[in-house]
Amino acid sequence: MEISVTVNGTTYERDVEPRKLLIHLLRDDLDLTGSHVGCDTGNCGACSVIVDGTLLKSCMLLAVQANGCAVETVEGLAEDGELTELQQAFNEHHALQCGYCTPGMLMSATALLRDNPSPSDDEIRKALQGNICRCTGYWNIIEAVKAVADA
Amino acid sequence: MLLREVEYAKPGSVAEALELLAANDGARALAGGQTLINVMKARAASPDMLVDLNGLPELRGIELAGDGTLTIGAMTTYTDIVRSAEARARPILGEVCATIADVQVRNRGTIGGNVCSNDPTNHLPPLMVAVGARMTIAGAGMVEREVPAEEFFLGVYLTAAGPGELLTRIAIPAGKHDGFAAVTLGADGTCIANAAASVNGSVRVALGCVDAVPVLVAADSPEGVGEAVRAAGLTPPSDIHASSEYRARLAEVLATRAAREAAAR
Repeated sequence: MEISVTVNGTTYERDVEPRKLLIHLLRDDLDLTGSHVGCDTGNCGACSVIVDGTLLKSCMLLAVQANGCAVETVEGLAEDGELTELQQAFNEHHALQCGYCTPGMLMSATALLRDNPSPSDDEIRKALQGNICRCTGYWNIIEAVKAVADA
Repeated sequence: MLLREVEYAKPGSVAEALELLAANDGARALAGGQTLINVMKARAASPDMLVDLNGLPELRGIELAGDGTLTIGAMTTYTDIVRSAEARARPILGEVCATIADVQVRNRGTIGGNVCSNDPTNHLPPLMVAVGARMTIAGAGMVEREVPAEEFFLGVYLTAAGPGELLTRIAIPAGKHDGFAAVTLGADGTCIANAAASVNGSVRVALGCVDAVPVLVAADSPEGVGEAVRAAGLTPPSDIHASSEYRARLAEVLATRAAREAAAR
């Protein structure tokens, strides 16, 4: 099927099989490998992206379902090499160890802060519930989000 | 994961969706996809065609009528329900939807998908039975029929919405004396056992995870619910998370908790 998807402001036209998941369009066809495949069962959140303003797991959406949509991935956060405040806070608070979950964590936290710029600790935890950090580095991830929320 | 080859259609009307479903034996409706896409990865389901309902705004939305009845479109997401001012007319709906999985799943998963998949561990089948929801099913020629929730759930993954049919909306009568209790894997994970209760004179409790469909029990008061659950003679399945005996005991405890919560508000 012919689809047209805008990712991080660039429009891509591709011919894809309906069975292709959005995460594979991003990684394999568009070479945007920032979004990761962790569990591939909808649990881990490493593939989280924002589609038309809504945070979703891109392993549970077909690429054809993103036809006509605006997709945001971790590659679209920094502008001209300038990290966002949130990315900077992840750096400063050592909010990543192996880094595998980080793109998903950043997208979930970005979606949270757009919706609720001053979340409580509980709201931050609840917002990151769909993202698993296998290094169990949650404490510093929450500290990083808090640093931006308080700023 | 590469899915098995599948055709994809995105109808522009409910009538067109029904025609596609009726014309293709191997077609399945795709709602939020938060269950279906995963079972397709596991090859536990292999539809030949997916009929995507995401282009049908008439299936999405929440209306509150003058008599307090809520009408919720089948494609309404959990997040829509959590955020809806209208849905607060029956507060338990938003409260339970807020505990399903996580933000990403709630943003995409739908009330219709939850009840139509009728996984016995889902939250909404027992809740719909407890609150006395009525399900509207559309079939060939857009003919609609209404089925009470307690007759909608027929078996594991099986509901009254048969081949070539679609659940279009759910009507929920006014009420506020409701409760829900669950023991889950992780904070908001899969239910090991759950119970939804509603008090309207007597107590109605629907138990999830203990049989193929929600089990409805009634009692005069929350104090009588435990005995009513024991009298139901449950023989729930055993699995890695709970033995049959343990799950039956959980059902009794959770039913009482849900009933007390319902009576207290």
